[in-house]
Amino acid sequence: MSIGFMLALLGAALATILAGMGSAWGVGMAGQAAAGVVAEDPDQFAKVLILQLLPGTQGIYGLLVTFITLSRIGLLGGSAALTMDTSTGLAILAACLPIALVGLVSAYHQGKTAVASIGVVAKDPNQFGKAMLFPAMVETYAILALLISILAVSNIPVAA
Amino acid sequence: MRDSEYIYAVARIRVKEKSLLTDADIARLTEAGDEKAALQWLTERGWGSGTAGASAGEVLAAEEAKNLKLLHELRVDDAVFSVLSYPQLYHNLKTAIKDVCTSEEHIGAYFRMDPWNRENLMRILRDQDYKKLPEAVREPVEKAYNAMLTTRDGQLCDSIVDRACLEAMEKAGDEAKNDLLRDYCHSQVAIADIRVAVRAQATGKPLRFMLDAMAESCLIDVRRLAESAAKSREELLGFLSGHGYADAAEALEQSPSAFERWCDNRLIETIRPQKTKISSVGPVVAYYLGRENEIRTVRIILTGKANGFGTEEIRERVREMYG
Repeated sequence: MSIGFMLALLGAALATILAGMGSAWGVGMAGQAAAGVVAEDPDQFAKVLILQLLPGTQGIYGLLVTFITLSRIGLLGGSAALTMDTSTGLAILAACLPIALVGLVSAYHQGKTAVASIGVVAKDPNQFGKAMLFPAMVETYAILALLISILAVSNIPVAA
Repeated sequence: MRDSEYIYAVARIRVKEKSLLTDADIARLTEAGDEKAALQWLTERGWGSGTAGASAGEVLAAEEAKNLKLLHELRVDDAVFSVLSYPQLYHNLKTAIKDVCTSEEHIGAYFRMDPWNRENLMRILRDQDYKKLPEAVREPVEKAYNAMLTTRDGQLCDSIVDRACLEAMEKAGDEAKNDLLRDYCHSQVAIADIRVAVRAQATGKPLRFMLDAMAESCLIDVRRLAESAAKSREELLGFLSGHGYADAAEALEQSPSAFERWCDNRLIETIRPQKTKISSVGPVVAYYLGRENEIRTVRIILTGKANGFGTEEIRERVREMYG
């Protein structure tokens, strides 16, 4: 197994690990706030659940990039590029980093924003629409990172 | 506990804040026909323990108990909890010392506070077993107890214990990691010192008395405050105006009740910024203090109604609400 292949695999792993960590962090924080609201006002369950789930998307984006990467290096199709050269491996690792790093940071901050928005819903449930926009804005940057990672991973030539 | 561990507690507090009384609610309560009508309005809003025909005292005691229970439920740090309960602890100590030394009974004057309830405190004082008390209060309690035994001067006893309470709060403020707790402790000590100066000036107490009763404060120069109060009312008002307490001087010029209202309103100003915080003990503390202020204001209104005060006289005494 070449160093290049191992680097590509590391990139695929990081996309899931870091973005997933960020999502777990964000969803966890928002979940605590959601539980606090539901403890006092169970009618708000659906609204706070949606806000809690928002930071979970980064984990899914990371997973998506990991699948594409694993597919590109042939690990899912049974024809793994075990002899991949180092520069290709490094290129794939670099391509995975946008969603890995931006996923981690954006999910954490989206979690904090979701907590604040849950506070808005707690005070006035009619403000749910506006409250949802604040954490949704953070999502923009995760989507940009996802696009770049997908474009880069898909267009790096990989010799089988 | 770290700030991030208060996310659940703060979310619960945000929902609970919706049921706090607003300034408009207090205005409506003030305009109620009599104590009975005011009590009915409160019980309709969920005040009291649900017992029909409960007295004002019972309703207010039930609300105080609910407020304290919430702090326990939200698992607020012991350090924060003990600072918030200083006023009640020291009040119970003062009352217990007087009960033991004079053989009088002030059962209704105690705060419900375990383990520092009437029975336990009286037993400790009778046995002079001060080691069972929190370390910070042992020395002042022994001093106040001996002073009460030898002089029978209740005011001296109060002054010793009150000063110890203020010193404990100032120290807690210095050590507090949370901004609100620090501001609350420091501001309460400064306000208490100003209150001592105002009352001592009005009753013609000497400088020595004031200095003995006041605690050092990082917000106000207590020696200069006491010296100005010892000279004249004008000197005191001038000192307050020139040292960031112009609104206190203005309130004092209006009436003593306007000054008392200023003292409580100042607290609300301190805690109001906590309404936008998402994860720290601050919003929980602010809610607790806001509720205490609310209960105190309702007590003023109910007492005013029971004693036949007019709406205007009561209105002058009501505080700003946190809700």
